[in-house]
This record gives sequence, structure tokens and C-alpha cells, in this order.
Amino acid sequence: MSEFLPTGIELSYLVAASLFILGLKKLGSPATARQGNLWAAVGMLLAVVATLLDRQVLNYQMILVGLAIGSGIGVIAAYKVQMTDMPQMVGLLNGLGGAASALVAIGEFWRLLNSGEPVSLDATITIILGVLIGGVTLTGSFVAFAKLQGLLPGAPMTFPLQQPVNALLLISFLVASGYLIVTPENISVFLGLVGISLVLGVLFVLPIGGGDMPVVISLLNSYSGLAASAAGFVVMNNMLIIAGALVGASGIILTQIMCKAMNRSLTSVLFGAFGGGGTSAVAGAGGSGNQDKTVKSIDPEEGAMMLGYARSVVIVPGYGMAVAQAQHTVRELADQLEKLGVEVKYAIHPVAGRMPGHMNVLLAEANVPYPQLYDMDDINPQFEETDVALVIGANDVVNPAARSDAASPIYGMPILEVDRAKHAIVIKRGMSTGFAGVDNDLFYKDKTMMLFGSAKDVVAQLVSEVKQL
Amino acid sequence: MTTALLASLFVFVLASFVGFEVINKVPPTLHTPLMSGANAISGIAVIGALLISGPQEWNITVILGLIAVVLATVNVVGGFLVTDRMLQMFKKKEVKA
Repeated sequence: MSEFLPTGIELSYLVAASLFILGLKKLGSPATARQGNLWAAVGMLLAVVATLLDRQVLNYQMILVGLAIGSGIGVIAAYKVQMTDMPQMVGLLNGLGGAASALVAIGEFWRLLNSGEPVSLDATITIILGVLIGGVTLTGSFVAFAKLQGLLPGAPMTFPLQQPVNALLLISFLVASGYLIVTPENISVFLGLVGISLVLGVLFVLPIGGGDMPVVISLLNSYSGLAASAAGFVVMNNMLIIAGALVGASGIILTQIMCKAMNRSLTSVLFGAFGGGGTSAVAGAGGSGNQDKTVKSIDPEEGAMMLGYARSVVIVPGYGMAVAQAQHTVRELADQLEKLGVEVKYAIHPVAGRMPGHMNVLLAEANVPYPQLYDMDDINPQFEETDVALVIGANDVVNPAARSDAASPIYGMPILEVDRAKHAIVIKRGMSTGFAGVDNDLFYKDKTMMLFGSAKDVVAQLVSEVKQL
Repeated sequence: MTTALLASLFVFVLASFVGFEVINKVPPTLHTPLMSGANAISGIAVIGALLISGPQEWNITVILGLIAVVLATVNVVGGFLVTDRMLQMFKKKEVKA
């Protein structure tokens, strides 16, 4: 197909591909990130315009309508979405990309079938791959979206005979693929393949716990790239193949970085059913051990006094703060404390929030000055000299069990060493566990005070109390 | 394998290596925007969708293609805009700092 394309279009694709590469490169550095995004967007625009000039694209009216509808939805979604909901947004967009790739593969299969020519082996294989990766990306992303949005329980969902069912589905997929390669005109087999791909995506993400969703989204992001590449093989278009491969490779790198930050291997994320049935015994044991222990709870007035008369305060924001939309109030609190001469720092765990870097985005939204943000490795040595560590809606990332209890499912995960600070104040809605489903020893320590309530209300009360100091 | 497929395979593998290299050493701050930016690029599927919905007639391929155009465009436009929104905040912050 590509040999009929005029040279100009191919050259535009080359420029667009270069823009993607440079854009991704620039996205990796804070100073140039925004420009990088712009470059990638320009590359995309160029690729779309070049494709519209393609000789086989004639259906302008309908295509422009389609582009307009898609752009409209995209613009509205991009400006309406809350920064806290960013992981879901990426998940959802991912699913749409996967769906588009799968549809391209299905549509091309249909065209080939009705073209009267025999469907070649190459075409069948690439189409099957496109349908598989695209389908898994679509339903997997939607399940991830539903879990993050709270439409599905965040806990891992398992059912009996899960592994045999998965294996059976995979085997039937392979058998059906073989069958389709021999008899490509068999529509029902093809539709069966589409169905199995969609079911596999659901089964792939369901057993993965909410805490591991960032890794899954990143992996699905990589898949959506591979799906686009597969679609590129289907329609024999280098632009698709290159851009898809770029995203596929970068997604895998990002996934690795994230796994490293959580000290989990990719296989244990995907097959561990972490935090649910498998670890309930461990969590139960930890829970019973803590039942006799008591927590100290204080009210905002006392909390404000502790904070106001401290020399140094380290704020540890977690997803709970983000959900409560408390980032602006937290910043106000920090400002008030600074007026009193308290040194305020923020400790950012690499996976604080629900995606790496998510917390940085949220704090940036609240205009928190950049130099006050500290990465885990920089802040951990400083906790011993910290008077008060204020933990706001974070749980697993400050659980000392990760350091001390080899039986804990989060053992080995790097944490913020809040328990080394002189005092810790934990703002939390209740005693429930975090994503990992593990009890937190930090809450039972003598120097830890609990401040129960919604992060936003509690912090707002702290602000008004601190003002009166 | 046809030569065309073989050539595409070369392109795929080499582009993958570029992808691996380009994303080394990214500060954690940028992981979320990077993921969302890369996600927007994966909306390149729109090109494939445009190609198969090209013919000026109504058949299943064209209809599927047009649906794919809409979905992929949402991915592209939404992805780039939302990434820009995130990065805009960082910029503001750097100016302040």
C-alpha cells in the first residue's frame, strides 16, 4: 500500500516521527517538558494532515465530522478533569487508543475479506496481533479506570479456577488463531478471537489490587503503543509502527522505574494478587497483634500547637490528601507555619498519589514552591532532626513494617522514614488500611498522634488554630 | 515473509530501541506527564483509522474506521491538552522559585 503514497506524505511522516522522538526526549527534562509536548503534538498534527492528503482518503465529510467530535470530547475531557483523577484519565484515554487500534485491525480484516483476493498469512497474523493487543488494552484500561474511579472494588478480585480459565482462554485463542490462518474467511472464528481478547483484558486487570494500578496503567500505556504498532503492520504504515514502538518501549521503561520505586517485580504485580486473599493471613496476623495496642488521638488545637512551636515540620502528603482536594489548604497551613518561623518541607514518595510524579502535579497545582519539595532519598536522612512529621492521607508509604517485618507484603518497599522524626501527626479518616491492605505500626507508636477526620476539614481547622497562636 | 513486512519489522525494532534510549533518566516529577504525553502519541492509531475509513462508500470497514477516528482523536487531543495542563503548573512553579 505504502508504495503508492506520494513521497511528500512519507517525508511528512519522517518529520513527524522525528518530532515524536525529540518531543519524548524533551518531556524527560523539567525545563523543556512543555515544549516537548508541543513538539509531539505538532508531529501528530503533521501526520494527520499528511494522511488526509493520501489518495485513498476521499471520505472527507465523514472524517472531518469524526475528527471534530473526537477533538470536542478530548478538549472538554482535558479541561474538566480534576488533577487528582489524572490516573483514571490516562487509563481511559489509553483504552480508547487501544480500541481504535483494534477497530483498525478488524476493519482491515473486513476489507480484505470482501476484496475478493485471498487473505495472506502475513495479513492474518498481524490482524490477529492487532486485535489481541488492542482488545486487551481496551478492556484492561477500562477495568483499571473502574477500579481507580471506585466503580469496582480496589481489592484484587479473584475467583476459583482463575488460572485454569486463563490458560484455557489463551489456548483457545491460539487454536482459533491457527484455524483462522488456515481458513481466513471464517467470520465466527474471527469474532471469537475478538471476544477472547476482550475477556482476557478484563481477567488480566481484575486480580490486580488498587495499589498496583499505577504499574498496570503504565504497562497498558505501553500496550496501547504496541497496539498502534500492530495496527501499523496491518495497514503497512511506518508512521504507526514507529510511534507505536516509541510508546511501547517508553512505557516499558516507565513501568520498570515504577516497579523499582515500589520494590516489586513486574511478575509479582501481575500474578501476585497482592493485598487480597493471598495476603489476608499475614494482614490478619498483623491486625490481631495490633488490636491490644492503642492509638493516641489529638484534636486540631493540640495539633496546631505542636506544629506552631516546632522548628522543622515535614509534610508527607498522600493520596488521601489528593482525594480530599486538600492541597490548597495544606499550602495555606505551610504558609502560616512559615510566618511563625517554622521550616516547612514536603517529602514526596516516588509513588505518592497513584502514579509516580502525581503528587508533584497536585502540589504544583496548589503553587507549592518547588525548592520545598524533597525526594525520598533526600529527605529520609533529615527525619531524625525533624520535630514534627505531618502525614496527610498517606499510609503504606510511611509503614515501618516495610523496613522491619519480613513477613509483611510490603517488606522491602522504600518508605519515608516518618517514624524517625521526633513526633508524627497522622491525619486520616479512620483506622482503615491503605491500598496494600496492611496494618500500619506507625499509628500505634508512642510518638504518633492521630488526627481523625477528612484531610481538608482537619487541615482547615489546623490553619485557623495556627493563626491564633 | 514479504519484503514489505520485513522492512516494517526492522523499523519496529529500531524504533523500539530509540524508545528505550530516549526515556532513560527521567526525574520522578515528570513521570505522570511523560506517561500522559506518551499516551497521546499512542493515539497515532488515528492515522490507521483515517486510512481505512478513506473510501467514499458505506461499508463495515468504513464505519469501524470512523468510530476509530473518533476514539483515537479523543485520545490524541485529550492526551496532549491534559499533559500541557499539567506541565503548565510546573512552569508557574519554576518561575516562582
